[in-house]
Amino acid sequence: MNAAPMLELRDITRRFEKKLDFAGRIAQRLGAPVREEIVHAVDRVNLTVRKGEVVGLVGESGCGKSTLGRMVAGILPPTEGTILRDGTDIKALTGAEARQMKLRTQMIFQDPYASLNPRMRVQDIVGEAPRVHGLLEGAAFDDYVDEQMRRAGLDPGFKRRYPHQFSGGQRQRIGIARALAVRPDFIVCDEAVAALDVSIQAQILNLFMRLRKELDLTYLFISHDLGVVEHLSDRVVIMYLGRVVEEADTETVFRRPNHPYTRSLLDSVPRIENRKRAFSVVKGEIPSPLNPPAGCHFHPRCPLAMERCRVEVPKLREIAPGQRSACHLNDQ
Amino acid sequence: MTAPTLEVRNLQTYFFTRAGVVKAVDGVSFSVGRGKVMGLVGESGSGKTVTGFSIIGLVDPPGRIAGGSILFQGRDLAKLSEEEMRDLRGNRIAMIFQDPMMTLNPVLRIDTQMIETVKAHKKVSTEEARQRARDTLGMVGIPSPDERLKAYPHQFSGGMRQRVAIAIALLHEPQLIVADEPTTALDVTIQGQILAEVQKLCATTGTSMIWITHDLSVVAGLADDIAVMYAGRIVEKGAVSEVLDKPLHPYTHGLIGSVPSRNKRGEALRQIPGMTPSLLNLPLGCAFRARCPRASEACIAEPIMAEILPGREARCIHPHLDASEAA
Repeated sequence: MNAAPMLELRDITRRFEKKLDFAGRIAQRLGAPVREEIVHAVDRVNLTVRKGEVVGLVGESGCGKSTLGRMVAGILPPTEGTILRDGTDIKALTGAEARQMKLRTQMIFQDPYASLNPRMRVQDIVGEAPRVHGLLEGAAFDDYVDEQMRRAGLDPGFKRRYPHQFSGGQRQRIGIARALAVRPDFIVCDEAVAALDVSIQAQILNLFMRLRKELDLTYLFISHDLGVVEHLSDRVVIMYLGRVVEEADTETVFRRPNHPYTRSLLDSVPRIENRKRAFSVVKGEIPSPLNPPAGCHFHPRCPLAMERCRVEVPKLREIAPGQRSACHLNDQ
Repeated sequence: MTAPTLEVRNLQTYFFTRAGVVKAVDGVSFSVGRGKVMGLVGESGSGKTVTGFSIIGLVDPPGRIAGGSILFQGRDLAKLSEEEMRDLRGNRIAMIFQDPMMTLNPVLRIDTQMIETVKAHKKVSTEEARQRARDTLGMVGIPSPDERLKAYPHQFSGGMRQRVAIAIALLHEPQLIVADEPTTALDVTIQGQILAEVQKLCATTGTSMIWITHDLSVVAGLADDIAVMYAGRIVEKGAVSEVLDKPLHPYTHGLIGSVPSRNKRGEALRQIPGMTPSLLNLPLGCAFRARCPRASEACIAEPIMAEILPGREARCIHPHLDASEAA
């Protein structure tokens, strides 16, 4: 494959800063130990997504997976780094071209209760964006909205209803119909099934897979649920405190995990096959992203940490074809 | 065989609302033996939380226990006065909630809250109570408990807060703990730590536990017995390994099939069609009828809970008996 990948992130970084207020600045002048707080939510991440691929992005709270997803969807600008879509730097685009590019990436959110305007009818939620962007003429509107709703598994007869008249699973379908209405080719799902019951979750996951085939979609699937990611993804990226620690195809990550964090994560996941067994335990807590440990972020919890891990940041590098891991142990 | 710690018989908890009577829990029976963990599994609105609240006496109007009995060490909790119930609650029976901030007061230090709890049921000096609080914090795996006692709840992380809530539940060495989705909001590695802690506690102290959750995988690793709830009723119960390996009820069967790790990667998940019916408007007969692949005319008659295999009860007239159909 010589074609440029669908999405390429180069050294993407996002920092959130909390500037000192007036009183804080005075206190600092007078020698009080206050300082600006900086969170490195995403720290020099490189990621490539090829056309038609489903990439699972996994990590625990505060690892930066949602921030990364928002940057990919164009909701949040990166502090540093470049985002390439089909080989084009999206920052270089202007005007109509930039708008067109933005439409091609859409996002589906975790909370269907919070991401739908409660005062809009479903037909307006789904139809607003295509109308604003001139994707359809006035007369075609009704048919188009019907088609979008039917595709997401909703009865078009409900299009004059409001979001509160739907259940959680149906609301998530409205969110999906809305995202697909502008004909994107890339979808960022941020914990899109986390709030749903198991049986409804299965329905939505099946819908994602069907749509992928029907519309030739590419997904960045962000989740903390390893079971869901294993089922859906072709490739898995594991993040910890703003950095990618391991990346490989799904088989490899689940059969031959390399990074100690990946391994302990897999060990911690309760599985329905495991009966009445001792839960293995990763020691310690996730450190605050405000004040992450030096060197490898995982070293205070790592059972194999060495002196070097406390000082030097491990580089993400290829350890086997298609498998990249950021751990000093691979150097030995 | 000693008597079970808790025996719930035909429990009915109804909510008398303007729109009609909501039978949130309708004829639930189960028992929990000493030192055993019982997993109460179900989806939103299945009545699992209301069952837990009924046991500990926290059902608020318009809801009330309309029938049945909750026998705890021989006493019927449903018939106790509020005074007698308060004497048991937090002392012999404790509860852990999904959100630890529901248990913890944000403006009081941990030591204030824990000492208060100890003194509520025991006549001890403040110093002894503090000692007890510190020991319990240590027991649930909180490092340097002496210093942490002086902290406020917001200074703890989510996982640590849940540990504090568990420690408070354990202060009086209760015989029964009702845990309502205590690890649902936590990260997997933290959830693993808490589950390991809980397992250890039940094994060493002989505390019985009701673990309410929607997550079959957690129950698989933790519980001895399992009861699956649907629309206010238990549809299947039995030993964990039996129920999860050879589910009898089509709902249990479908639920297990919906778990992603049970399916081949990339293939469509075996989903249950439709959604949970409203409790205000339950269909006649079996509540699962409309979503069930095995339903027939006969399902219009209400199925009763029956022992289908030795030690295995299910509420279904078309159970999965054939081994080849196992999930």
